[in-house]
Amino acid sequence: MRYLPHTAQDRRAMLQTIGVGSVDDLFVDVPRSAVLDKPLDLPNHAGELAVERALGKMAARNVAAGSVPFFVGGGAYRHHVPAAVDHLIQRSEFLTAYTPYQPEVSQGTLQVLFEFQTQVALLTGMEVANASMYDGATACAEAVLMANRVTRRRRTVLSGGLHPQYRAVVETQSRFLDGSIVAAAPDAGGREDLIGMIDADTACVVVQNPTFFGHLHDLRKLAEACHAQGALLVVAVAETVSLGAVTPPGAMGADIVVAEGQSLGNALNFGGPYLGLFAAREKFVRQMPGRLCGETVDADGRRGFVLTLSTREQHIRREKATSNICTNSGLCSLAFTIHLSLLGEDGFKQLAMLNHARACAAAARLSGIPGVDVLNESFFNEFTVRLPKPAAAVVEAMAGRNVLAGIPVSRLLPGAGLDDLLLVAATETTTEEDIATLGDALGEVLR
Amino acid sequence: MEEPLLFEMGSAGRTGVDLPDVPAFADKLGGLGRQGAIGLPALSEPQVVRHYVRLSQKNYAIDSGLYPLGSCTMKHNPRLNEKMARLPGFSDVHPLQPQSTVQGALELIDTVAHWLKTLTGLPAVAMSPAAGAHGELCGMMTIRAAHEAKGNPRKRILVPDSAHGTNPATAVLCGYAVDPVPSLPNGRIDLAALKAKLDNDVAGIMLTNPNTCGLFENEIIEVAEAVHAVGAYFYCDGANFNAIVGKVRPGDLGIDVMHLNLHKTFSTPHGGGGPGSGPVVMSAELAPFAPLPYVVSGADGFRLIETRADQTAACDGGHAYGRMRSFHGQMGMFVRAMAYMMSHGADGLRQVAEDAVLNANYVLARLKDVMTPAYPGPCMHEVLFDDTFLKDTGITTLDFAKAMIDEGFHPMTVYFPLIVHGAMLTEPTESESKESIDVFIDTLRGLTADAKTGNAAKFAGAPYLAPRRRLDETRAARSPRLRWTPDAPAEAAE
Repeated sequence: MRYLPHTAQDRRAMLQTIGVGSVDDLFVDVPRSAVLDKPLDLPNHAGELAVERALGKMAARNVAAGSVPFFVGGGAYRHHVPAAVDHLIQRSEFLTAYTPYQPEVSQGTLQVLFEFQTQVALLTGMEVANASMYDGATACAEAVLMANRVTRRRRTVLSGGLHPQYRAVVETQSRFLDGSIVAAAPDAGGREDLIGMIDADTACVVVQNPTFFGHLHDLRKLAEACHAQGALLVVAVAETVSLGAVTPPGAMGADIVVAEGQSLGNALNFGGPYLGLFAAREKFVRQMPGRLCGETVDADGRRGFVLTLSTREQHIRREKATSNICTNSGLCSLAFTIHLSLLGEDGFKQLAMLNHARACAAAARLSGIPGVDVLNESFFNEFTVRLPKPAAAVVEAMAGRNVLAGIPVSRLLPGAGLDDLLLVAATETTTEEDIATLGDALGEVLR
Repeated sequence: MEEPLLFEMGSAGRTGVDLPDVPAFADKLGGLGRQGAIGLPALSEPQVVRHYVRLSQKNYAIDSGLYPLGSCTMKHNPRLNEKMARLPGFSDVHPLQPQSTVQGALELIDTVAHWLKTLTGLPAVAMSPAAGAHGELCGMMTIRAAHEAKGNPRKRILVPDSAHGTNPATAVLCGYAVDPVPSLPNGRIDLAALKAKLDNDVAGIMLTNPNTCGLFENEIIEVAEAVHAVGAYFYCDGANFNAIVGKVRPGDLGIDVMHLNLHKTFSTPHGGGGPGSGPVVMSAELAPFAPLPYVVSGADGFRLIETRADQTAACDGGHAYGRMRSFHGQMGMFVRAMAYMMSHGADGLRQVAEDAVLNANYVLARLKDVMTPAYPGPCMHEVLFDDTFLKDTGITTLDFAKAMIDEGFHPMTVYFPLIVHGAMLTEPTESESKESIDVFIDTLRGLTADAKTGNAAKFAGAPYLAPRRRLDETRAARSPRLRWTPDAPAEAAE
C-alpha cells in the first residue's frame, strides 16, 4: 500500500495523541449494525506491475483507432495531438491543482482559462465564452435552459440534423422542467424547414452545423426568423476543427454557440472526458451557466485573474443558480488551448482545410463504388453515404477486414428507416492509403 | 517576470506545428468558407512550451504540498493511473466503434461498476455522469422518474441547511421545490424537524454523509426509515465517501441512491477544475429508471444498451428516463479509478478510510487548544473550525487563510459550510504522512499565536509571497472583462 505513508508506530502515536485506544473508537458515530465486520469480496492490494498487467490485458482487447484505417466520427474525432500538449498538461502544477478558489496561488490555471475563453469566443465568432462544460451535448442542454431564462419561454425547436445524443440530453433535461420540445425529423438529405416551426412562444431553435449528417448550412435566414419572433438561435458544433474552415456561427447570427471541444488536444478516450464549449452574446452573460474567469488587478495594481460573476453559481445562489454545474473540464480545456496555441492562426486554418481535403478525397473514392451514393452536396470532414445493404452489417464486415469504416446511422437512430446510411469521417490522420483501403474493402464487401 | 497573454505574443506567419501542405482541390464548403482572420496568435513550439511552463509555476498543486481543502479531498494522484489511461487500447478508442472491437473497454467499465457496487452495497450503477453534480442530477432524475412511474412526481425535496450548494440547485433542475431542514447544535440533521416536514408530497431527501461539518450522521438509519415511511427516497451526496470506503456500505444505511466522485475518493487528478466523474449507485427498485447507456454482459461478451430501442430489444426490464450526456461516460477517469482501486484492494481501501479519519482527528487533537473546533470530536475525514479563536484580533477567516499561503500551504475550505461562522473545513486526507501533518499543525499553531499577539499586518496584507497579492474580486464582477480584446490597453507591459 505504497500510497499510504503511516507505519504502525505512526498510527499508535497518533491514536495516543488523540486519546483513543483504536481507530474504531473514531467511528463511534457509525451505527454498530452498519459497520462491516468481514472483508469485501474484492481482491486485496496489488503492486504496480500486477495492475499494469491486468489493465494492459483489457486494453489489448480493443482495436486502437491508430492501428487501422479509421473513419469513425459522429461527434468524436481522431486528430493528431502534438507531443507538447500531453507533456504540458501532465505538469504537476496543472494536473494536480484544484479549482482556482484561491486566486493568488492559482494564476496559472486562471490565466489559461482567460485565454481559453478568448480563443473560444474568437473561434465561434461570439463575444464571451465560459471556462468549459462537460461536453458538447450537456452544453447544448444548458444552452436551451439559458434560452428559456433569457426569453422566459419554454418551447424549444430542435433540428433533425442535431446529433441524436445531443437531442436526447436536451429532451431529458427539459422533461423534468416541463419544457416543450418540438423536433424536426432526422433528414439525411439536409433539407428541412425550421423557420416554419418558430412561433411567438419559441425560446430557441437549436441547429447543428455541420449537421449530424455532415451538411453545411447558411444560418443567416434562420437567425433573422428567430430574432423576428423573439427567439434565440442556438448553434451546436460537434467538430470544432470545422471552425477553421467554415464561417463561424457568430457571423451568421447565432445567440448561443455550443461545441464539442474534444478535437483539439484531447484523445478519443472511448467517449470521455471531453469538453463542452459555450459562447454567447455579451448581453446574456449573467444568464450563462458554468464558471467564468475575469481580469482584474491585485493589491499592488498588477494584472491578475479570478473566477467571477459567481453570484450566478450554485455555491452562492443555491436553488436560484443558473445551473448546478460545479466541476467542469479544466484539464481538457488546458489541452485544447495548448493545441490551439501551437496551431496558431495559420496552423488552425490549414488543419481545417487538410481535414476537408481528406474527406473530399474519401467521398470521391466512395462515390465511385457502384451502388454507393454520397448524399452531401457540401460537408466539412464527415459525410453520409447510402449503401445498397444495411450499414450495420457492412461496418461489422469491414471491421472483420480491419477497417473501421464509419458509423451505421441506425446505431444512433434505430427505427428511423435509415438503416442503409453510413456516416464516414476523415481527418488529417487519414492517409491516401487508408482511403484506398476503405474503398477497396467496401467494394469487396458490397460485391 | 510577468507572463504576457498568448494574444500579446507571437508574430504573424509563425506556427508551432508542421502540417502537410493542403493539396489543390475543389472545396465542398458550399460557399460557406471562413472569411478573414480569426485573430489567433502565432507562436513557435518553444514559445508555447515556455508560456505554459511559466504559467504552471504560478499554481499551487497537491504535488507541491499539503492541500487541505475540506470536502474537495485533495489526495496524492498516482502517476500509474496516468500511464494506464494513456494505453492506446483505452485512450485511442472511439465510443462508436463496432462493439466487437471494444470488448476490453466495455469490460473495464463493467469491472469498475462491479467494484463500486460491491463497495457501496447497492446493486446497480449508472456510469455516465460527468462529475459529482452531474451525478446528483442523475440520481434525482432517477428518483423523479420512479415517482412518476407510480403516478405522482411529488413536489418537494428536503435538503439540510449544511448541504453543498449543488444539492438545492440540482433539486430545482429536476422540477422540485427545496425545503431546508435545520441542523442541530451538534452539527447533525434535526431528526424531529425532518419528521415534521415529511408527508406524501416529499419526493426525497438529499443528505451528505459524512456531512459537510465533517461528522457522521449518527441517526442516519432513523432518517432512512422515516423517509421511506412516507414513500420518499433517500439520496446521499457521496462527496465524502473516502471517509467510510471499505468500512461502511451506504446500502446498509438505508440509502437508495448516491453519487461517487471518482476524482475524490479514487484519486483521479482534478486538473485545475476537472474533469470529474460521478457514477451513481442505486437500489434495485430505482435501477430500471437509470439513464442510458449501460453495459450488459452475456455469453457472447459485453454489450452496450445505448438507445430505448436497445433497451426494448434487451427485455431487461429497464425504462430509462433518458440520457445525461453523449457517449458512455468518463472512460479516462474510469481507468484511473480502476488502477487506484486495484492498487489498494479491499484491504487498502479500508485502510484509506481509517487513515483519513485518523489524520483528521489528529489535526483536531493537536489544534483544539488554539483554534476552535465547531463540534467536539471525533470527526470523520475532515475537521471543522470556526472563527471564535480570532475574536477581537481584527483578523478574519479570509485573512487567516491568505496568511497560510505565505507559510507554504494552500488554505483549507473557508466559509463553508454556511451554518458555521467563519468556517474553516480542513481535510488532510489519507496520503499525508505524520511528518507532513505535524509541519502543517505547527504552522497553524504559529499563525494562531501571531494572530493572538496582535501581529495583524501579517494577516491583513497576506499573501506577500504568492505570485499575486489580494485580487480585486469586486472590480472583476462589477466591470467584467472575460476575454482579451485587441483594443484593450496593455496594462501588463512590464
